[in-house]
Amino acid sequence: MKLDARIPAGPIDRKWDRHKFEMKLVNPANKRKFTIIVVGTGLAGASAAASLGELGYNVLSFCIQDSPRRAHSIAAQGGINAAKNYQNDGDSVYRLFYDTVKGGDYRSREANVYRLAQLSVNIIDQCVAQGVPFAREYGGLLDNRSFGGAQVSRTFYARGQTGQQLLLGAYSSLMRQVQTRAVRLFARREMLDLVLVDGKARGIVCRNLITGEIERYAGDAVILATGGYGTVYYLSTNAVNSNVTASWRAHKRGALFANPCFTQIHPTCIPVSGEHQSKLTLMSESLRNDGRVWVPKRKGDTRSPEQIPEEERDYYLERKYPSFGNLVPRDVASRNAKQMADDGRGVGDSGLAVYLDFKDAIARLGPEVIKEKYGNLFHMYKKITDEDPYKVPMRIYPAIHYTMGGLWVDYNLMSTVPGLHVLGEANFSDHGANRLGASALMQGLADGYFVIPYTIGDYVASTPLPKVTTDHEAFREAASCAQSQITRLLSIKGRRGIREIHRELGRIMWDDVGMARNEASLRRALEAIPKLRDEFWHNVSVPGTPDNLNQSLEYAGRVGDYLEFAELLAFDALHRRESCGGHFREESQTPDGEALRDDRNFSYVAAWQFTGVGREPVLHKERLEFEEVHPTQRSYK
Amino acid sequence: MRLNLRIWRQAGPASAGRLVDYTADDVSPDMSFLEMLDVVNEGLVKTGQEAIAFDSDCREGICGMCSLVVNGVPHGPDRGTTVCQLHMRRFRDGDTITVEPWRARAFPVVKDLVVDRSAFDRVIAAGGFISVNVGGAPDGNTILIPKEIAETAMDSAACIGCGACVAACKNASAHLFMSAKISQLALLPQGKPERHSRVTAMIAQADAEGFGSCSNEGECEAVCPKEIPISNIARMTREYVRARFSSR
Repeated sequence: MKLDARIPAGPIDRKWDRHKFEMKLVNPANKRKFTIIVVGTGLAGASAAASLGELGYNVLSFCIQDSPRRAHSIAAQGGINAAKNYQNDGDSVYRLFYDTVKGGDYRSREANVYRLAQLSVNIIDQCVAQGVPFAREYGGLLDNRSFGGAQVSRTFYARGQTGQQLLLGAYSSLMRQVQTRAVRLFARREMLDLVLVDGKARGIVCRNLITGEIERYAGDAVILATGGYGTVYYLSTNAVNSNVTASWRAHKRGALFANPCFTQIHPTCIPVSGEHQSKLTLMSESLRNDGRVWVPKRKGDTRSPEQIPEEERDYYLERKYPSFGNLVPRDVASRNAKQMADDGRGVGDSGLAVYLDFKDAIARLGPEVIKEKYGNLFHMYKKITDEDPYKVPMRIYPAIHYTMGGLWVDYNLMSTVPGLHVLGEANFSDHGANRLGASALMQGLADGYFVIPYTIGDYVASTPLPKVTTDHEAFREAASCAQSQITRLLSIKGRRGIREIHRELGRIMWDDVGMARNEASLRRALEAIPKLRDEFWHNVSVPGTPDNLNQSLEYAGRVGDYLEFAELLAFDALHRRESCGGHFREESQTPDGEALRDDRNFSYVAAWQFTGVGREPVLHKERLEFEEVHPTQRSYK
Repeated sequence: MRLNLRIWRQAGPASAGRLVDYTADDVSPDMSFLEMLDVVNEGLVKTGQEAIAFDSDCREGICGMCSLVVNGVPHGPDRGTTVCQLHMRRFRDGDTITVEPWRARAFPVVKDLVVDRSAFDRVIAAGGFISVNVGGAPDGNTILIPKEIAETAMDSAACIGCGACVAACKNASAHLFMSAKISQLALLPQGKPERHSRVTAMIAQADAEGFGSCSNEGECEAVCPKEIPISNIARMTREYVRARFSSR
């Protein structure tokens, strides 16, 4: 298989315009003859379904929740970047493009990132027109803030609920199309398989989560916008129902999976409080603007923080990175916290936490100013931990937050399966090895509002698509495949809880494929995962019946897929013997312990082909060419 | 802690439900309410019994999926808190806790503690939007919106669509939910062109779904996890009256 990203020719700032002109159009009267299946209703899926409905396509929209408004994009707090340069501080499309390529540690595709930066400005306009209540200045203009260490203020926001407001904007557009009947909505449906006819994606099989029925839907193209795979680590900031199933089953049908080892760990989350923990809560990284990170100098120091005198505290980020201090990028802050815990200097009952202390900021600025800036975060922290951060330092620890890897797509966002398009976090394309803050929302909406409406038209206009119905043999085969897996899960009747096995998988992933990875740990994980998978298929207990709402059955299916996918993630991490972005291989570091890229050997996208469960996947490389931004070593000393 | 739970179990929409007693042992005060139920469920699953069905997703109070009535109060005893953010330190060893689903004609029970809230989606589909297609939007800064207006619109827009307001209301009214969206869009200049058709269509749809009307008890505001103020309902009523008396 030859990977062709189909990047248009010409200068980088002309590629998308030129490509838009060269793509085929579908006659307005003919659009309704094409059925487009959209799976997922987060920012990418809802915006895609709404836009395609507006254009006149016949759209079928699916989500696992009870309403499209609940997709996990809703939880994004910080904001959305756009190169508007409203602040006159030197921002431009080129600068946003440059920052994103550099931030991704030179593992993303330049042409895609440039298009993303170009479209960022249209997103803001569209969302304002929909009635998204972005923060405003007194004169009525849109407000911006600087976010995640960016040197320009390009982040638009709606309090700490930007994701919610953008998603509700997309959701309202989607519901408007539902009302016009351009879009048909299928809530509480879980996609269990992709259906290929003559090598093209022509439909899906899903389970109706209420009736248990296995349903078949046919169309002319399929769009997956089903999010990331962070919950392979069990604990993450993702929603508890987030999963890899749709992507993984498409992968098993032939879609290559790219860079699965690129996972992002956010440094400021509330630490784990016990075995019962079901998810982790993010505290905005803006806290590091005023909080100072420290641990005791002495190992195993169990004194409460106020009893530890100043000279016995180690403000390790300020000590190691004098110029960036507490504001080092996410990956660096996270790794250092782990080093402190590994060194026996972690704090709290579990030892898996570091302090984030506001004492100096409160003394300098007064509690009122701190309350104004961070009041809601302090309140949330107190709610969860029962500790008052105005009085005692916060305890924080890193957690899995976002996954940069995903199904491989070309410039048109089409996977290696013709007709299968992948949008948002579910694809791999724009963030390289590390995503910058406030860029995920931007990518989801760019894909859905402004890229797919063009590229899907080109696909259906230039591809012969004879009519296919759901009684085609391929549908029958996929449905029976989904059915037999359900039967198998229900018939195991073992003794292990599903959650217990998921938790064990998470522990393997976090310990051995987590923030820092090495050959030995990865090989250990690659031995442990198949054993746990075997244990699952022989000894898991999935009670209940298949013919109604059965949350245990849903969960078991997802964990079953994670037990296969985890192996691919670990395998990718093992093969990439370099450190880049969120992927830190201990064997590849500078003399002072920083991540060391190996551009000579690893400047490529690793796209994996499925060959069977437990069998070694086949690697396909898409070489990355950097014509605009020249790779350099990042330094924060 | 050891807690006595009385949990609503109902096999399906057409079956009769009942409260079933369970005991939760070793409950840590740091657990969230839903994590406590996870632990109960894990015990049931391991012994081959059916887990208690309940909805949840983000578990950080923003998706609006979780929906439990705890001791008679939607989302439980803490003000401004979804049940996923309610922590067990709020309870004492030996307490008896009753857990029920949202109860309203427009939210039929699907199973156990899970209800069908698709009526809310249909109310939004009737008019809870601004009719702009992708492509034609003017530059974001050509529409000036005073900070104060933007902030008030945001207060209304913060609604998570959980339905606690309906569950708390003796009339099962969706007024707080509807009025939050209507207020947001009526306050903003972008929403003004459709203000009359929007309020008329949404109220008609809510009536058709079987939601009741408002008798100003304020139960909705008291349980709203986002503390959406009841003044939104007054604004919606004004919008409705304005729509009725405007020329067609």
